Amino acid sequence: MGSKQRAFMTQYALIALFAVIYLAIGFVVQNSYYQLMMTLVLIWATMGLGWNVLSGYSGMISFGHAAFFGLGAYTVTIAFVKFGVTPWLGIPLGILVGVIAGVLIGIPTFRLRGHYFALSMLAYPLAMLYVFEWLGYQEVSLPMKRENPVTYMQFSDQRIYMLISMIVMVACMIMSLHVERSRFGRSLLAIKQNQPAAEAAGINAARWKMLAMMLSAGIAAAAGGLYAIILLVVTPQTVFGALVSAQALIVALFGGVGIFWGPVIGSAILIPLAETLHAELGNILPGIQGVVYGLAIIVIILVAPEGIYWKVRDRVMARRATPVRVGAQPRLATIAADSVPRPAFGQPILQLDDVSRSFGGLKAVDGVTLSVPEGVIYGVIGPNGAGKTTLFNVLNGFLAADSGSMRFADAEIGGLKPHEVCARGVGRTFQVVRSFPRMTVLENVVIGAFVGSKTDDEAERLAYEALQRVGLADGQSHALAGGLTTKQLRLMELARALAPRPKLLLLDETLAGLGHDELEDILPIIQQLNREGVTIVIIEHTMHAMVKLADHFSVLDHGRVIASGTPADVVRNPAVIEAYLGKKWMDYRAKDQVA
Amino acid sequence: MTDWQWLLIDVLQALAAGLLVGGTYGLMCVGLGIIFGVMRVVNFAHGDFMMLGMYVAYYLVTGFGVLVFLGPYVGPVVGAVLAGPVVYVIGWLLHKYLISHVTGARVISAEAEGHYAQIILTLGIALVLANGGLILFGSTPLSVQTPLSRESWEIGLIFFNQARAVGFVMAVICAIGLYLFLMRTNLGKALRAAADNPIAAAYVGIDVDRSHRIAFGLGVGITAIAGGLFAMSQSFQPYIGFDFVIVMYAGVVLGGMGSILGAFWGGLTIGLVQQMSTLALPYQLQNTAIFVVFLIIIFFRPQGMFGRVWERT
Repeated sequence: MGSKQRAFMTQYALIALFAVIYLAIGFVVQNSYYQLMMTLVLIWATMGLGWNVLSGYSGMISFGHAAFFGLGAYTVTIAFVKFGVTPWLGIPLGILVGVIAGVLIGIPTFRLRGHYFALSMLAYPLAMLYVFEWLGYQEVSLPMKRENPVTYMQFSDQRIYMLISMIVMVACMIMSLHVERSRFGRSLLAIKQNQPAAEAAGINAARWKMLAMMLSAGIAAAAGGLYAIILLVVTPQTVFGALVSAQALIVALFGGVGIFWGPVIGSAILIPLAETLHAELGNILPGIQGVVYGLAIIVIILVAPEGIYWKVRDRVMARRATPVRVGAQPRLATIAADSVPRPAFGQPILQLDDVSRSFGGLKAVDGVTLSVPEGVIYGVIGPNGAGKTTLFNVLNGFLAADSGSMRFADAEIGGLKPHEVCARGVGRTFQVVRSFPRMTVLENVVIGAFVGSKTDDEAERLAYEALQRVGLADGQSHALAGGLTTKQLRLMELARALAPRPKLLLLDETLAGLGHDELEDILPIIQQLNREGVTIVIIEHTMHAMVKLADHFSVLDHGRVIASGTPADVVRNPAVIEAYLGKKWMDYRAKDQVA
Repeated sequence: MTDWQWLLIDVLQALAAGLLVGGTYGLMCVGLGIIFGVMRVVNFAHGDFMMLGMYVAYYLVTGFGVLVFLGPYVGPVVGAVLAGPVVYVIGWLLHKYLISHVTGARVISAEAEGHYAQIILTLGIALVLANGGLILFGSTPLSVQTPLSRESWEIGLIFFNQARAVGFVMAVICAIGLYLFLMRTNLGKALRAAADNPIAAAYVGIDVDRSHRIAFGLGVGITAIAGGLFAMSQSFQPYIGFDFVIVMYAGVVLGGMGSILGAFWGGLTIGLVQQMSTLALPYQLQNTAIFVVFLIIIFFRPQGMFGRVWERT
């Protein structure tokens, strides 16, 4: 049994233990009011789990999960009341309705980011609330079926509802566990931390977000369906109201965001607290529940913004922490230059024809034509603002070209999305390193490896291999990316781009901001990668390092290629000197030479 | 009269009602515009500050009757205006002790400029205000009593509800006053500078924390005045904030981020849309119409009709 299976087994055991203890307490408790409360804890934990799948993992905060909860509740209720459908079928039907609603809401709303996403999600359930009121469903109650209660999920013993809710919640916990530990959850986490980096590393953000939305909406609808059966009355306010969405968010956030234990912990603390206060003080302080929830998240966001689970875990980890291993320097490949003969350059692997892209009146990339032979190290240089990074953004699909064609390995790549370009075998790094700061170095690189692997184990193998190739394999691989030095970050990003074994690497100022010694460390690595068969296009605006590295230069200025050729030729080209140093300097030098 | 003429009258009547309601919405949006549009702070509790304004006006005018001596006409208007300073103080305190932890220069470099924490924190404040309101004020719908709300001016065949017309005029006056304050006075300029770019403002010697507190108080205070004016013609309960938060964001986004005047026009437009929607939709779906308009606006024109493109992609 591998360490992975063991980790899963531990979690399964913990979940089982929790469920057994909880049910044992529930079966001992005689008071049906407490039993109802214990059931509600499970339902709101399920709802929180639903919210967490979308908002906790992908970071897109939803204020609208009441939409799915309400649809689940009303589907069960209306199916029962109007068509006599038993909740045993009604709940799956409600889940289906929830998932469909998730897709319909997701398609337009995923175009929005941050607070705009949150705000528009708030609008959906409120709109539905008024629609259901208008349709005349102000208050629908489920009729009692005396003759055949079990068929209609009607039990006199409150504890059976608790058992059903527990089964649903445990199923959701296990689903969440598998999401968290697989490429599904890892990809969502990468999207949360840095979406452009994730897309450039081959993650199909739109697909994963939509899947998360569907799963999330389905879980929320299931919670809504259970709620309807247990409370037997459904009103638009209680299932579509803003407090429902808020409660989903609050239990998850309070307990711990992005971890399946979070909503369970949050619900187990807050629901009994709020319900008890409501029962004790509800008639003199009618809004006490809402006040408790409000205070709970105000305190949590100021004291432990990620929730209780993480706060406790950080405490425990800090106490257990062993001194950080220092001195585990990256084992750098020390290769004597030219020790292995380089293969001859092949056919053009990347061919750009008259590619242009403008922003309003500014032509950032203006009719660029270039041809990169296989096996070459191709330098694209030019002063600041020459359009180098824009060219890369067009190449890897962040920006669409206005015109022109881009062929990679004999296929057109213009119009492809970033993750598709990556899947074709084009890796890239960024001018300002885009890491996933809260993941370890290895996890960062695994994200990049997903696109080149079928299974998650294979992805991890590829990631290790890539780390080895850049000399980061030992010591650092389990350090958090947030704490790395610039050089280590650059190497990690390089490994992430390398992990799916690309044929072409686009390096955006990988050498920028490095000291002389660090430069001496990284240059041989790039050369070694090239010798192993990776074609490299590298952007720089400083020339001296590039002269050593590149076989071929293209010089960009104001979006146009103004010179192209071997390094030696290009640095003597008057147009290039002028672009870098200005016309005045050229005139001055000309005069100087005459004199 | 023919059917067409009746229809025309209906349309004109809806336009008139929309204009009058829209003026008050416009002032609400101006308040949010300062906080969300200029300071870029996501304030989910904004609707609840409006709710507080309504209750302050109610207690000053009807509940405790402090302003009875001003008579039934002037009293409600003065009550609404006085709601401004009261809510200003509440906003100022909440900003100082809570909201400042997640806004301003210290979070500008954080992920998404700290919007995540702001969304959550202000949601918490919204819950506490709305449910605290329920505890303090009860759930019975109230309105500020004034004879104006039952009387109308009639121009041609179109009726102008007097309470709404007075609210409209006051809203326009307040919006213009605020605009002049922000544009012409030194304090106003400092507030705008600190809101727009806290770091640069700090470099030129502006006390950014203080400016943010004042700007936040001003934003919620202005919206509270709008709430107080609105309360003359609209019944309200403590949960009214959640509905209006969408109305206000719709107005601000429609008007364009960062534009104070734009926010006013945005709110006015939302009011028109709401009232015009009654021509085609049942009364209960008025708010649904606003939500749909809101969604359409942010899908297709997140930079608004009058604003600048500010979100770099």
